[in-house]
Amino acid sequence: MSTKVGERALPPGRARRPSASEPESQKKRGVRAGTRQQGIATPWLFLTPYLLLFGSFVILPAVLGVWISFHSWDYTLPNKPFVGLDNYVALFSPGSTVFGPFWGSMRATGIFTVLSVPLLLIVPLAVALLMSKKFPGRDFLRAIYFAPYVLGVAVISVLWRYLLDNNIGLVNHYLGLLGLPDDTAWTTTTPAAWVALVGVTVWWTLGFNAVIYLAGLQDIPTELYEAARVDGAGPWMQFLHVTIPGLKPILSFITIITLLASANMFGQSYLMTQGGPGRETRTAIYQIADTGLRNFQMGSAAAMSYVLTVFLMAISAFVFYIFREKQPRKLKKEARS
Amino acid sequence: MKQKDFSGRRVLGVTALGAALALVLAGCSAGGAEQTASEPFTGEYAGPEVELSYWNGFTGGDGPFMETMVAEFNAEHDNIKVVSNTMQWIDFYQRLPAAVTAGEGPDVGVMHLDQLATNAARNVIVPIDDLTEELGLTSDDFTKDVWDAGVYKDARYGIPLDVHSLAMYYNTEHFAAAGITEAPTDAASLQDALVKLQAAGYETPFWMPTRWPSHLMNLSVLWQNGGEPYGDDGATFDSAAGVEALEWQRSLVDDGYSPSDVAIDSQYVAFKNGETSITWDGIWQINDLVESGLAYAVAPIPTIGETDAVWANSHNFFLPRQSNADQNKVNASKVFIAWMSEQSAEWAGSGMIPARQSVRDGGALKGLPQEAIAGTIDSMRFLPPIPGIGQVQAETLEIAVADGVQGTTTPSEALKKAADSATQLMDDNKASFGG
Repeated sequence: MSTKVGERALPPGRARRPSASEPESQKKRGVRAGTRQQGIATPWLFLTPYLLLFGSFVILPAVLGVWISFHSWDYTLPNKPFVGLDNYVALFSPGSTVFGPFWGSMRATGIFTVLSVPLLLIVPLAVALLMSKKFPGRDFLRAIYFAPYVLGVAVISVLWRYLLDNNIGLVNHYLGLLGLPDDTAWTTTTPAAWVALVGVTVWWTLGFNAVIYLAGLQDIPTELYEAARVDGAGPWMQFLHVTIPGLKPILSFITIITLLASANMFGQSYLMTQGGPGRETRTAIYQIADTGLRNFQMGSAAAMSYVLTVFLMAISAFVFYIFREKQPRKLKKEARS
Repeated sequence: MKQKDFSGRRVLGVTALGAALALVLAGCSAGGAEQTASEPFTGEYAGPEVELSYWNGFTGGDGPFMETMVAEFNAEHDNIKVVSNTMQWIDFYQRLPAAVTAGEGPDVGVMHLDQLATNAARNVIVPIDDLTEELGLTSDDFTKDVWDAGVYKDARYGIPLDVHSLAMYYNTEHFAAAGITEAPTDAASLQDALVKLQAAGYETPFWMPTRWPSHLMNLSVLWQNGGEPYGDDGATFDSAAGVEALEWQRSLVDDGYSPSDVAIDSQYVAFKNGETSITWDGIWQINDLVESGLAYAVAPIPTIGETDAVWANSHNFFLPRQSNADQNKVNASKVFIAWMSEQSAEWAGSGMIPARQSVRDGGALKGLPQEAIAGTIDSMRFLPPIPGIGQVQAETLEIAVADGVQGTTTPSEALKKAADSATQLMDDNKASFGG
């Protein structure tokens, strides 16, 4: 995950979206005499600062990106001819120069996401469960687990590139001392490179997910555990029937942000493996950055971005569907029984 | 390599004609009225005080030498103050077009020879033929290859400051222990040295990198085999010359002289740590090795093929396009370039070889480690001035060489596929850059 999750991705919490409350306030205006009259513009005025930023840094670039993707757009050249859907067509024509690299990079992104997301959901949960227990040195350990996340992607990548080097690195050296195979090429061959990239990413970002899990765990009322104990539930049953359902809202949030962050992986493979061996660990964002920023093929890069966006939107919708659908069905079942 | 088809004399004629044409036509080219460098250069600057922004990528051991030279220039010129802005080359080539397009470009800068055509085609830099005329610079004072490669569409865009090539570094302690008295100069003596080094207990004496500078080793041997990486009709690095070069690289791994799957930079780290005895790298690493205290020596790369040849590049001064040019700054920048070119003897301290014959003959390299390499300057080969070639090569040849050295694909197959793709990319570039 090269892009760290910033504030904008933090849990929506219980705050209601201001825009949703707008028609409501209008309805109520006539009814409640006590509330002060407010103009139609008032909510919009409050929204202005956000909308300005959102408009100029999200909406505008997104629309401009679509426009760019219909052109052969090299900003250093005076003419940027309109090419219609050519950039998209090239992405889907097996003979073109962009087809192989692009779908190879999508495949790499897919492999990384499939390998890293489950680990980033399970390992931090285990850590959070451990850290929610009371024991001496707990706060210190919490800090230790979170510490790598504070480092930048450049720092952790360069660090691990040397530690994992197959010929001069410490990891293979110690594996050798333990009598294990010491000639694994962690950064220059697959599948070892995937193990390295996923492992480093899990080590780096598990602290973030663990902190969110911890917050979620602390929100589960202790009475539920007490009730479960009274009913004779052991630790495993408590985990299954109290902890997991209690974490459900947070789980969907963590799944989505972990998915998106993994799908946006760039820095680790750029710095640790240089996309190698060959192009095998070159991710979609890597390919897009290379095409657009180094080769100045902005049109093609924009088209790639939109194909990736469509994929990510579909996957996110699927995840939402899974987490939304289950609850009502369960309720129905319970109601029936 | 268009200029390969001409005799040297004709190239000169074409260049001179091009220079004259450029003076007349500069205003009609893509930059239109923005072109500034076409104003005759007077050789001196006597105008009001100006501050010049100077961009370069000398972040390594070469940086302090450039800073010293800039400080000396500033001390000598009361009305010109040069402020240098140093960044990594990789950022440099991304930022320069963006800055120039936004009208925020520097006043003067240095870039690599193989990037001149690309940036000229992108209208990032402007022709400076008048400057070479005023300075009296001709190909006589430079190696033909380095001088010709600064010309794109009959106009000159760069003034070479130095040349820098690959070289062979070797650990002198290892060589002494193995009983090798002289640096290998060809395939046979290299093979002999490798056998002796292994016998002396140095198990992997010559690590073959998979990434940078592996493709530069490949290009060097390809040229030695009589090949050319790029022709008029596209990429030709998959010729027999190129395949043989890559097969030779792979054979070092197969024969056990190199470990397999060497990760980026680790061959150099291993060399510094005394884990390997021979490595090929750029001569700009000399100061780094001197500082490390390693017992090393540097020699020209051995001739694995039939003729002497080695990949090389060159740092060139250029003038960026300005949206609203201040003629004073343009003239002051030219004074700066002229001064730096004349003072390039001092630049030799950075490990580079001054581009000007007169400076080299003046004894600039005397006693410096790269003196031995400077003797091979006539066998140095440069990438042809084809716009966009750098990126094409990074996307094709570099990856094919990595695959070939790692053995995931056979050399011929890897190069064939990459060359097809490179030719396609070059055609695309031709279309977007207008031939």
